Amino acid sequence: MAASESMTRSVAGEAARSRAAEFLLRRHYLRWPEALPWLIAVGCFFVFPDRMTFGSQLLIMIMFALSLDLILGYAGIVTLGHAAFFGLGAYTVALASIKLGWTEPISGVFFGGAVAGLVGIVVGWFILRYRGLTLLMLTIAFAAMLQEGGNIRSDFTGGYDGLPGLTFDPLLGHFQYDLYGHTNYWYALAALAVVFFVVRRIVYSPFGQALTGIRENVRRMHSIGSPVHRRLVTVYAISAAIAGMAGALFTQTNAYVTLTVFDFDASAKVMVILILGGTGRLYGAFLGAAVYMIFEDKLSKMSPTFWQFGIGLLLVLAVMFARRGLLGVGDTIRRKLAGRRAP
Amino acid sequence: MSHAANIVISILFDGLAYAMFLFITSVGLSVTMGLMNFVNLAHGAFAMVGGYIVVSLTRSLGIDFVPALVIAAVLVGFISVPFERLLYRHLYKATDLEQVLLTIGLAFMAIATFTYFYGPIPKSVPLPHWLEGDINLGFRAFPSYRAFLIIVGAVLVTVLWYAFERTNIGARIRAAVDNRRMAESVGINVDRLFTLTFAVGSGLAALGGGFAIQLFGLTPYFAVLYLVLFLIVVATGGLGSLKGTLLAALVIGIIDTGGKYMFPQAGNFFVYLITVVVLLIKPAGFYGRE
Amino acid sequence: MTAALEVKDLNRSFGALRVTRDVDLSLEKGARHALIGPNGAGKTTLVNLITGVLKPSSGSVLLNGDDITGWSQAERARRGLARTFQINQLFRGLTVLENLCMTIGERDGNCNNMWRSAGAKRAVIDEALDRLEALRLVDDALKLVRELPYGRQRLVEIAMALAQKPRVLLLDEPAAGVPSSETHLILDVVAALDPDIAVLIIEHDMDVVFRFAREISVLVQGAVFTKGTPDEIRRNEKVREVYLGQEHHHG
Repeated sequence: MAASESMTRSVAGEAARSRAAEFLLRRHYLRWPEALPWLIAVGCFFVFPDRMTFGSQLLIMIMFALSLDLILGYAGIVTLGHAAFFGLGAYTVALASIKLGWTEPISGVFFGGAVAGLVGIVVGWFILRYRGLTLLMLTIAFAAMLQEGGNIRSDFTGGYDGLPGLTFDPLLGHFQYDLYGHTNYWYALAALAVVFFVVRRIVYSPFGQALTGIRENVRRMHSIGSPVHRRLVTVYAISAAIAGMAGALFTQTNAYVTLTVFDFDASAKVMVILILGGTGRLYGAFLGAAVYMIFEDKLSKMSPTFWQFGIGLLLVLAVMFARRGLLGVGDTIRRKLAGRRAP
Repeated sequence: MSHAANIVISILFDGLAYAMFLFITSVGLSVTMGLMNFVNLAHGAFAMVGGYIVVSLTRSLGIDFVPALVIAAVLVGFISVPFERLLYRHLYKATDLEQVLLTIGLAFMAIATFTYFYGPIPKSVPLPHWLEGDINLGFRAFPSYRAFLIIVGAVLVTVLWYAFERTNIGARIRAAVDNRRMAESVGINVDRLFTLTFAVGSGLAALGGGFAIQLFGLTPYFAVLYLVLFLIVVATGGLGSLKGTLLAALVIGIIDTGGKYMFPQAGNFFVYLITVVVLLIKPAGFYGRE
Repeated sequence: MTAALEVKDLNRSFGALRVTRDVDLSLEKGARHALIGPNGAGKTTLVNLITGVLKPSSGSVLLNGDDITGWSQAERARRGLARTFQINQLFRGLTVLENLCMTIGERDGNCNNMWRSAGAKRAVIDEALDRLEALRLVDDALKLVRELPYGRQRLVEIAMALAQKPRVLLLDEPAAGVPSSETHLILDVVAALDPDIAVLIIEHDMDVVFRFAREISVLVQGAVFTKGTPDEIRRNEKVREVYLGQEHHHG
């Protein structure tokens, strides 16, 4: 009797074990809904061929928001100065093309990302020892210093008038830029796909898991031996590099850059976008950017005042009722529907 | 008087006036953040609203500037109470990020509302004749308006210092800032204390906003434009510290004025530089608690 | 024979308040040492000083003979020092299994890996499941920690400390907050700990202390009031005085 009891228990135990293991092993597999955003992006080219300049800027904003999600959504670092790295990438590419004659676009993007990433390591090493208001102010101050510094040397940076009329080589030596922004759209989409692939891998890796741990309970992370500061600086640098690449693409697709890329408004905007879509979800960046920029495009032209009021109201409502953003709202709806379907 | 000495005195004087403005507007933010750990980014909006109340009172109702300042401060102080009671109260336990987002949202709504009613063009206020022109102190003449601001600031510093250090209520506030739980267990009603400090702080912000009209011009965007500056004063001064806010206001006010005099193209660069240097050395600010 | 853990002349002050005074403590390999004392005696502060959460004002901490006084928490943890907290410090939004995988991953450096998926290292998952099995938590493996009753969360807390493969284990009131119907779960685990691990346990329940400990230190107002074997402590009049009103003797 006892033997068969223990046998049943071990079989049940085995089942629980393998179920648990499978869950973790399978978690990073691609699921079919993940193809949706990409299909939509491709589809937009054919449905809205005359809105492709807007489309490129939207894709660039998604990349920027993704970089923020890494540090805000996954590692829990609150920053209002991420535009610093976007701007660094943007200006690296611009200045490289003017001063160094570096007009090859793809390597330019990597160069912009590398510069931003290196600065991210240095800055992060210093400021990530702090949290809360101190860290917030340091991030704001750093971006502002870059902007003011750029203005002091406006002979070099073009100041707030910027550096217009930049030119870049055709993509892969072959694809020319056209007036409708078609080449730029595919360029931005390809870049976003590559970046997303990398970010997704990081997020599902043990390192990504450790970031979540740092966000959820940093005290515990210290006590299990996690090199918290090193982890944070690493992810901050990666995030800075990606923001820099977004900035580089921005300069290339606009053939123009000004110091407004460092604006506090820009840092605040990308945060609002990410919160709107949902942090820590990767696809929140997609949804938030799409919803925000489409509405901004339509409404802010009609009345900038109403647009601003609407955004303010949205933020207030989001914090009070929808802390997990649109994706979170979607989750709740899905759960309620599933609950209703169960007998 | 030598040219260099003249410049130094100008910088000190203007810097002191600027510092007084920063102090008056930021002290409320510092105490409320230190007391409740609540990040209130709508504080700048209270200052902005105060400014517009002064504008309306003086231009539409013909009230004199100084009484208008007082009325605006008291009004905003009263209006802030329902905000705190009905809205902010629910978020004391929320994360920093949520507080940031909610209060920024409120600030945006305020800016949009006031742009709708007042328009985006900077407003000015009619000043009484004794605030226009200069005061002549013998060796030099000083603009009366700024001199007035400095005097008001000094008076407020004294009054606040006295209230903080010498009164019962001040002691209770200091205790609650220092250790909230302990203060509550000793019977201090921290919630009511907070509503009081919040109201006073918002009223002072409105006063600062009223003064700002003539110094910087008033547009609805004032609410966020100067918010970063207020946050800098609060962060570098140390949350919940009167001394800290005053010191930070003086440092930033004078160095920023000096910087702009000597390197006009640098804009706010020196302010941000000070912020970074101070925070890296003393992350909790001059007089903040670690 | 080097002690597994040694604390020498440890002092800590907050301004004028001395919370830890000249504390000496020594744990040999396989020790079963209980730290008792009235509330506010500074027991958790001492644990915080040993683990590196606090820096001492003076004195030193040695782990297996190495002076770790200047080391960070993480460095000490990697050298075999593990602790549980008085109030659970878990990753509440993650599953029990993930909580353990995180610990194991940090322990053997797996968490430095940014490229392969977290599930790819099968060994980590297997070890995590083995440990959960040993504590009969396997059925809860995929439940979020915050969905578990407090007693089982406490077990997860201990499981995580054990997953660090510690040589020295500090348990801060392991049964605190656990409903009395579930305390036996915790106590069984504590009784069954690996005999090679040096264990320091902070406890208020005297039954547990006398059952578990081979040596007891009594901490009063931050200083070691007395120390000795359970019998010696039991017979010590002064200890009873110090504990007036806080005893949990039964018969």
